[in-house]
Amino acid sequence: MTADQIFVIIAGLAAAAWVAWYFWFSEKKAVKIDSTGAIQEAVIKVKGGYTPDLLIFQAGKPIKLNFIREETAACSEEVIFDNLGVKATLTPYKTIPVELNIDKPGEYDFHCAMGMLRGKLIVE
Amino acid sequence: MTHDPVCGMEVKSPSKYFIDVNGKIYEFCSENCQEKFATDPMQFLEKESLSKAGYRKTSYGIEKITLPVLGLHCISCVNTIEQEIKKLPGIKVVKVNYTTEMVHVEYKSGEVTTTDIVEAIKKAGYKTGQATLNLGIGGMYCGSCVTKIEDALENESGVISASVDLASESAIIKYIPGVVDVKNIKKEIEQLGYQVFDTSSVKATEENGSDKKDVEEVDENELAREKEYKTLIKKFLFAAILAVPVIFFSYPELWGLPEQFQRGSSTLRLIWIAMSLLSLPVMFWSGSQFYKGAWAAFKNRSANMHTLIATGISAAWIYSTVATFFPGIFPEAKLADQFFDVIFVVVALVVLGMALEIRAKGKSSEAIKKLIGLQPKTARVLRDNKEVDIPVEEVVLDDIIIVRPGEKIPVDGVLIEGSSAVDESMITGEGIPVEKKVNDEVIGGTINKTGSFKFKATKIGKDTALSQIIQMVEQAQSSKAPIQKIVDKVAGYFVPAVMIIAIFTFIAWYVFGPDPNLIYALITFITVLVIACPCALGLATPISLMVGVGKGAENGILIRSGDALETAQKLDTIVLDKTGTITEGKPSLTDIISVNGFTENDILLYSASVEKASEHPLGESIINGAKKKSINLFDPTDFEATPGYGVEAVVNNRKVLLGNLKMMQKNNIELDDLEVRSKQLADDGKTPMFVAIDGTASGIIAVADVIKPDSVEAIAQFKKMGLEVVMITGDNSRTANAIAKQVGVDRVFSEVLPEDKAFKVQELQNEGKIVAMVGDGINDAPALAQADIGFAIGTGTDVAIEASDITLIKGSLKGVVLAIQLSKATMKNIKQNLFGAFFYNGLGLPIAAGLLYPFFGILLSPMLAGAAMAFSSVTVVTNANRLRKFKTNWK
Repeated sequence: MTADQIFVIIAGLAAAAWVAWYFWFSEKKAVKIDSTGAIQEAVIKVKGGYTPDLLIFQAGKPIKLNFIREETAACSEEVIFDNLGVKATLTPYKTIPVELNIDKPGEYDFHCAMGMLRGKLIVE
Repeated sequence: MTHDPVCGMEVKSPSKYFIDVNGKIYEFCSENCQEKFATDPMQFLEKESLSKAGYRKTSYGIEKITLPVLGLHCISCVNTIEQEIKKLPGIKVVKVNYTTEMVHVEYKSGEVTTTDIVEAIKKAGYKTGQATLNLGIGGMYCGSCVTKIEDALENESGVISASVDLASESAIIKYIPGVVDVKNIKKEIEQLGYQVFDTSSVKATEENGSDKKDVEEVDENELAREKEYKTLIKKFLFAAILAVPVIFFSYPELWGLPEQFQRGSSTLRLIWIAMSLLSLPVMFWSGSQFYKGAWAAFKNRSANMHTLIATGISAAWIYSTVATFFPGIFPEAKLADQFFDVIFVVVALVVLGMALEIRAKGKSSEAIKKLIGLQPKTARVLRDNKEVDIPVEEVVLDDIIIVRPGEKIPVDGVLIEGSSAVDESMITGEGIPVEKKVNDEVIGGTINKTGSFKFKATKIGKDTALSQIIQMVEQAQSSKAPIQKIVDKVAGYFVPAVMIIAIFTFIAWYVFGPDPNLIYALITFITVLVIACPCALGLATPISLMVGVGKGAENGILIRSGDALETAQKLDTIVLDKTGTITEGKPSLTDIISVNGFTENDILLYSASVEKASEHPLGESIINGAKKKSINLFDPTDFEATPGYGVEAVVNNRKVLLGNLKMMQKNNIELDDLEVRSKQLADDGKTPMFVAIDGTASGIIAVADVIKPDSVEAIAQFKKMGLEVVMITGDNSRTANAIAKQVGVDRVFSEVLPEDKAFKVQELQNEGKIVAMVGDGINDAPALAQADIGFAIGTGTDVAIEASDITLIKGSLKGVVLAIQLSKATMKNIKQNLFGAFFYNGLGLPIAAGLLYPFFGILLSPMLAGAAMAFSSVTVVTNANRLRKFKTNWK
């Protein structure tokens, strides 16, 4: 085995390990939403993804997510909360509110129609 | 540290050079900049504000506003907008920024308003991305509060205008989403010491006049989709057209080009340089969504299709560009090759695929769009004895609404005057117009055909059947079929896994591959990235579910969730409630037997006349029977009802007895063979009554709850589908069995109390069966809830029945057959899609990685992989759209 082959193997394995770590195992940054008011309100920017895509809420208090879709890419037209049976059509460049009432703590996924863009609500 | 407003350089604060403008200090790097600023401060201040949308008053008596503009396609649009705004009075400066899609206007306060400017932009043919927020505000006690809030809001950047109304305690705020959001607006108001509450949530309407609000809202998404489609097509054409010469010069030996275009020539090198540069706009314009999408996902530590494509084409570009500009760094000359063609072709194809997908998906959601389109806009209401046309939102309960032929019925209600035929096909799926008379229910969104009538509104706004249907359909379309949960698990790992496979492929080819190994490694790396199609996987279930549920709604079948859909096709037992499900649920006249010289009409005439005085439901059915035959009835006298026996009265001076055997025996009436015939009728599940006129037995009149016309056929169909059909009823076993025999049901639960129906369903479930229960949704609610699938049928406008999984607006069992068939068809479609997507990826990835190469010498071109990837998701959507053609194989 030549030196360049050994280099490619090592570099490749390192790259693969990094991909696995970055996308699967690294800790995602969650945004804790202020829950002192009557409702818990957050703004989620939709552009190639959801920003933020990991939000922490408190159970039992109404949640209002204001989605602002800053693109026309067809993918993100709909946002779906499937365990909650809620769907909203996001008109581009508009604030589209999605109101949720979650009493049971847990993790609630949301995603676009194709499941390409994903986010999660953590209800504590 | 601060920034020099003129040159933008960082300046150490405090600086020697500064200018004070109305109390704000501007600092500069040098005297030169300071001078420049002093001569025309506006020029530099404006630059600052241009970067974000907003509104503010300056101390020059001039107001400034920056608005985003949608739909700027060309530089010439800029002039159109500028000219249109300049026509307004008091305009000082207009600047349209093409790249940021912003309009900056400075104008004299008082001479022109923001609304005028917005109007002018509209007149020029463009839209401003403006949203309107209606908020309730509590705690305002005086007029000064109004100005306080308005001023505070208007100074907030991104708020275009705020108008606060003290009387209604509300505010209408026009703002630019993205610059400011609802949360900030609310916070601003709350900080001033007022309470904020939502009156109606944010209505994301564009500045278009309020009259067409609903239409606009729907259309806007449509517009965005159309715009996206057009952009994608342009991007595709750009990449595709450039791809032609690129491919041409990429394979000089293939076309047998002259020597100077062959590899190694200096002409070809120049062409390569040109290709390298040309691929930049293809990557960053035609393929911009890949990079944007990939980056957005990357920031969130996730990866998607865009990540794969972006990585693939970037790798191709970097390698090719290095080979073009620095061929010397490769140890062998043949390694200095280029793959620009891959970039052009992959970008073109994938973009085309995305465009086609938009088109196909538009069709998938047609059903719900149709429903939304059904919503009426106005109603003609009787107010103060005058007919007024008002927006449908303003209709209140108990309003009297007038509907003329050809008009849409605005809300749900009960007909109080007139009669007509109404086309309800859009809601119930029933093609034939339904006759409506006084006291009949009318459904909002349906179309009045023949006559004029008045009706009283009983359900408005969100409560109307149509609104509920739309809500239910949307909810179902967003729900998840259980089968999807497995897919979700896979999807979460899919893209990074593909990236890792691509890396391993690269290593494998580099280490073990034939010469030139670097080229092979790179090509397979790119091919693996490009061929993987997470979209097809993600789209497979939801798109079919959307079409299937939509198709159901078109036929008056409302499927509550994907779960219901998936269970409905697994059923093996169906329990039918007798009354109201198999039968009409109300008695009607079935038989008349006449003896001793009386005619059938005599019997009907006298018995119906007696019943005029009774209030018994059986009596009503006899009267209706007489009415059908247009028999004029007499008014009875001396009416007497004996519970447990029957009724008697004098009609037309003749003594009429109407009752059971006991009554006849009590009055010593000779019945002869009537007694036997009555027994036969009872055996058929009917209720016979003897009729005696002036002491002589004259015949029998029988009523029964008649079987719905298509029940027999539907039950036969259930059996054909392999379902065990069970009937459940509170009737005695004789009547129950009689009905069961007529309709062909094998298993009967009779004399079941309403509250025990759920136990019976459970009994069946304990036998290990998957049970559907069909009932009316009110009396049968517990049983519907207990069943694996509860069908509520004949609900009319009460569509939102909690206990049911599938609601049928029509009362026919045929709908249940259709619902089960539709579920089966949809699940089959989902499975096809999933199989296709898994099969495609499962087969495509190893082939792309070159697994076939050692055995057959087959290696996939990355361009072919691009084509496969682009069309795999289109195929999924197209397959789902086949469901739109679903028709029952009934009849």
